[in-house]
Amino acid sequence: MDLILSAIDVLARWDVMLALLVGAVGGVAIGAIPGVGPAVAIAILLPATFSMDPIVGLTLLLGIYGSSMYGGSIPAILINTPGTAVNALTTYDGFPMTLRGEGRRALSLAYSASFLGGVFSVVCLIFLSPVLAKIAPMFGSREIFLAALLGLVLVVVAHKGQMAIAAALAGFGILIGTVGLEPAAYTRRFTFGQSWLAGGFDLIVVVLGLFALSQAFLLLTMDDEKIRLPRSRGSLFQGFRELARHPRVAAISASFGVVMGMIPGVGEFTAQFMSYTSARKLSKNPKAFGHGSSEGLISSETANNAVPAAAMIPLLALGIPGEALTAMMLSVFYVHNVVPGPGLFQNDMDFVVALYIALLVLNVIVVGFLLVSTGWLVHLTRIPNRFLGMCILLLSFVGVYSIRNSTMDCVIAAVFGLIGFVLKRLNMPIVPIILGMVLGGIMEVKLRASLARVKTPMDFIDRPIAFLLFCVILIIIGSTIWRVWREWKPVDRRKPQKKASNAFAKRIAGRSHRHFENRTKQQRRRRFYDHVGS
Amino acid sequence: MDDSELLQVKTKTSGQVVFVVAGLVLTLILLSQITTQTEWTEKARNIGSQPRLWPAIALITMLGGFAIHFRLMRRRKPNALDWGEARRWAEPLEYLLWFLVYVAAVPRLGFLPMSILFACALTYRLGYRSRMGLMIAALFAVAMVVLFKGLLGVNIPGAQIYEFLPASVRTFFLVYL
Repeated sequence: MDLILSAIDVLARWDVMLALLVGAVGGVAIGAIPGVGPAVAIAILLPATFSMDPIVGLTLLLGIYGSSMYGGSIPAILINTPGTAVNALTTYDGFPMTLRGEGRRALSLAYSASFLGGVFSVVCLIFLSPVLAKIAPMFGSREIFLAALLGLVLVVVAHKGQMAIAAALAGFGILIGTVGLEPAAYTRRFTFGQSWLAGGFDLIVVVLGLFALSQAFLLLTMDDEKIRLPRSRGSLFQGFRELARHPRVAAISASFGVVMGMIPGVGEFTAQFMSYTSARKLSKNPKAFGHGSSEGLISSETANNAVPAAAMIPLLALGIPGEALTAMMLSVFYVHNVVPGPGLFQNDMDFVVALYIALLVLNVIVVGFLLVSTGWLVHLTRIPNRFLGMCILLLSFVGVYSIRNSTMDCVIAAVFGLIGFVLKRLNMPIVPIILGMVLGGIMEVKLRASLARVKTPMDFIDRPIAFLLFCVILIIIGSTIWRVWREWKPVDRRKPQKKASNAFAKRIAGRSHRHFENRTKQQRRRRFYDHVGS
Repeated sequence: MDDSELLQVKTKTSGQVVFVVAGLVLTLILLSQITTQTEWTEKARNIGSQPRLWPAIALITMLGGFAIHFRLMRRRKPNALDWGEARRWAEPLEYLLWFLVYVAAVPRLGFLPMSILFACALTYRLGYRSRMGLMIAALFAVAMVVLFKGLLGVNIPGAQIYEFLPASVRTFFLVYL
């Protein structure tokens, strides 16, 4: 109780409350604009928070992080365009509901499910805190090294279908983290005799380039879209009543969000996909999923909103960011000499609980704000893409230049912006670069410290948590190799024409009559779909 | 739609081979320079303290990742579509130039005047040429300067041109605009 009171004391300041309010409102607005997203906003605002108190700066960034997904559901449901990347699954069931004229019902369901996910995860964290406070001190250098390695392995494995390229990009992240003067022996690494490379690449400059500038370039080179906002009926409060009719789906999805959020390198995508598929398996009406199912909408929105609070666990308890947004927040801690990790839970528990309470209050503010402002927030989706690109380009300058007034930083950010632009166009992941850069640095420091205390390689895992983490890493790598090997199919390098001709020959062999009958049916069906416009 | 379909992200095919080969070539060049650009010191207490260790791990991971991706690609020779996509990667260079001009101009001509000028000029270039469009762009620039420099006090130095202002307003301009 004393702890909660002292945490409330930390929060009971006008600047913290203002940061919470601005973060909540700003986050919702940013989420509601397709093409911006919390990563761009946080990257731009990061340098501005350096002059604030850690609690004020973090509350502002947490506000944006926690509330953007609420806002992101608005365009996902009404215009079939996810406001933030993690609202992608919301479009599956939200937009069909809008087409049926139930847009307000879908929005209301999304808000209530998001609220439940957000509050559930914060309550879980408050109850988990004493356990974390006991476990965190058991993490020494080698455990933190292994946890960071686990995060890196997971971020690669989580990119199913792109694992090789995710590994290469994580390696690229580690490499750019090593450039410059090395802190132990003070030797230069990959500076090519250039003095501007001696200081290395600043994480925020890289983040601003890869997230903000690349997004500006992408929007500036896009065409504008015509947005038509559909009419919808119903009350924005009905979703809360409807949510109460699906307690099982909501509870399972929120739990998925919390668990996946706590695991470094996994994040919202996997949480919502897993909760969506499990909700579909458990549903009495699985065929409705993807066609406007309320359970589908609840599962995706509950899971993705349960992640932000949970993602703070590895960051606060171990100093290990699980994804790009928490990696950005890590720099706020470092700037203020607050070192997240086991010591934070032992010495500044009131600070940690204050952050949790701030997240709880944030969810209440956001839902209240959305219930009164959805009507005009919808119009934010009409901002033209290229105009938005111009705004992000200007704001990116503020972010990069204000770090140390360096023109070279702006040039570096612009180059990373181009790299990010190419990656986005190729649909390749950016997060492994950021996590590689942050976790690579942590791993280097922790490996150096831990190797100084071990005599044989086996000593490295002679402590229970280190052994457990090592086993988990082995199991994940082993199971991934096993899965890839089992699903392995030789790559088909035939040209499309050759493939079609082979398929044709195979198909008509001995049964030409049936082939042509089927073909006619298919063509007729295709024509019908064309007519419908799908 | 099963789990694997939901979780699988498809890499865009066109342009992929150009990117992967460029990545591979860059990795090989950097790897060939590792002995000159990093040191292997005898003074290091253990392998974890070797300055060359982590760049080597990073480059080997990059090499392995790019090589495996290249090996698994359906088409390993670039065609017209790939080169077309690669040409599109040069499209943002124009905006990159705009950005760098803005970066060079702000410390000399001022954050507020350059932001208004840049926002209006780029908005005009993008095709929003109505008076309303230009006005919104100018308003956005003013709001950005007031919020970041005036209220949040971010570290953007006053412009050289402000030195020519009368003393009565010079400090205000240097600090807030």
